Amino acid sequence: MTAINVVVNGKSYTREVEPRLLLVDFIRDTLSLTGTNIACDTSQCGACTIHLDGQAVKSCTVLAVQADGSTLTTIEGLANGKLHPMQQAFWDQHGLQCGYCTPGMIMAAAKLVEENPEITEAEIRHGLEGNLCRCTGYQNIVAAVAQAAKA
Amino acid sequence: MYPSKFDYVRAQSVEEAVERTSSHSNAKLLAGGHSLIPALKLRLAQPDLLVDLGRIAALKGISRHNGTVSVGALTTHATCAASDDLPKVWSEAAGLIGDPQVRNRGTVGGNIAHADPASDLPTVLIALGAQIHVQGTAGSRAIPADEFFVDLFTTSLEEGEIITRVEVPAESNQGSAYTKVFNPASRYAILGVAAQVAIAGGVCRQLRVAAGGSTPKAIRAHHVEAALQGQPLNDTTIQHAAAAIAEDLGEEVIGDMYASAAYRRSIAAQIAARALSAAAARAR
Repeated sequence: MTAINVVVNGKSYTREVEPRLLLVDFIRDTLSLTGTNIACDTSQCGACTIHLDGQAVKSCTVLAVQADGSTLTTIEGLANGKLHPMQQAFWDQHGLQCGYCTPGMIMAAAKLVEENPEITEAEIRHGLEGNLCRCTGYQNIVAAVAQAAKA
Repeated sequence: MYPSKFDYVRAQSVEEAVERTSSHSNAKLLAGGHSLIPALKLRLAQPDLLVDLGRIAALKGISRHNGTVSVGALTTHATCAASDDLPKVWSEAAGLIGDPQVRNRGTVGGNIAHADPASDLPTVLIALGAQIHVQGTAGSRAIPADEFFVDLFTTSLEEGEIITRVEVPAESNQGSAYTKVFNPASRYAILGVAAQVAIAGGVCRQLRVAAGGSTPKAIRAHHVEAALQGQPLNDTTIQHAAAAIAEDLGEEVIGDMYASAAYRRSIAAQIAARALSAAAARAR
C-alpha cells in the first residue's frame, strides 16, 4: 500500500491505496464519487474524463498513485452554487439521451471551451473525438457546447 | 479491469530510475502510462515493480539550440502538437494521436519505447532522421531512429536503458507533412506517411519519406525518395513517386480486423501522394 494525498473538488484526502488501483476506481470506490463513469475501460470512450491538474484526462488510464499531490475536479465539483455553463447548456439543448457519457462529455467540453473560447463547430467535433455517445446524440451535444462557448 | 499486483516507486532522477530498473529482474518503466496501463489491465504486462518517471522534471520540455530541437522523453503529445519549434510533420502528427485526453497524458518516450506498429511517432522520427538518446548502467548513447525500431513492439533498447530525449534537426527551408488513415475509435494509424522536402532551383532536394501503421515497424520509403529526388514537384511527378511506396512496403503488410493487407496496399500511393503534396506546398 502507498499513501497518496489528493485534493478533489476542493477537499483534501489522504488514503492508503494499492499501486495497481486505477484513478477512476479510487474516485468511485474509495471516495464514493460515482458521477464519473466507467464504460469501455480502454481509454477510447471518455466516460471517465476528469480534470487532473487542470487538464482533461481519462481516469481509467491513470493509476491513483500517479495522481499523488495533484488537484482533481470531477463532475460533482464543476457546479459552483449553480450549474456550470456547460451543464446548463447540456440541459437547455437536451445534450443527452441515456446520460451515461454525459459526465465525461461535460468535463471534456468544459476544458475545450476554456482553452478555446472562440471555438468553431468543426473544432468542437474534433475536440470531442475522445468521447463516444452510445445513443449517437452528437447533434445536440455539439449544440450544447456551442451554447456554453457563448455563455 | 484490474492489473496484477506490483510494487511502485517514484524515481526522483534518471540515475535512480536506471539503478532501480537494472537491479530488478521484472521491472517496467512508467511514463504517461497510455501504452503500459492498457497492457497492465489486459495482463499482457505483469511486472513486479513499476518505476514511475513522471516527476522527473529534467525529462520534460522542448528546447532548440544551434539548429537542433531536443524533446524530453516525458514531453506530452499535447505539448508537441502546440510547439512551433518542432518540424511541422511532428507537431501535425502529434495533434492526430488519439484525442485531447490521450495527448495530455501520452509521452514521446513512452510511445517510442512501446514501438506499436500502429503508432504515428516512429514514422515521423524515421522521416526526420531523429537521434534517440538513452541512458543506462553503461552510460549514455544515441541511437538513430532507423536502428531504434527493430520489429513489432521491439526496440534496440538494452535492459535498464531509459530514453532521455529525442533530437531532430530544426526545420529551416524544408516543408513537411504527415497524412494518415486511422481507426476511427482509437485513432491509431492504419497507414501513415511522413514526408519532409526542400526545394532548390525548382527541383526536389533532401527528400525524406517514411511509412508506418501497415508494416511490423515503420520503414523509410527509399523507393519513393529515389523516384522524386532531383525532379520538379508537380502532380505528375508526385503521383509517379508515390506509386513506388508499394516496393517500400514490401511483403510484410499487416492485415487485421481494422483493414486488410489488400486495402492498405490499395490506399498507400494515394496517402503518400497527399503527404508529399502537403510537404511540397509548405516548402515553397
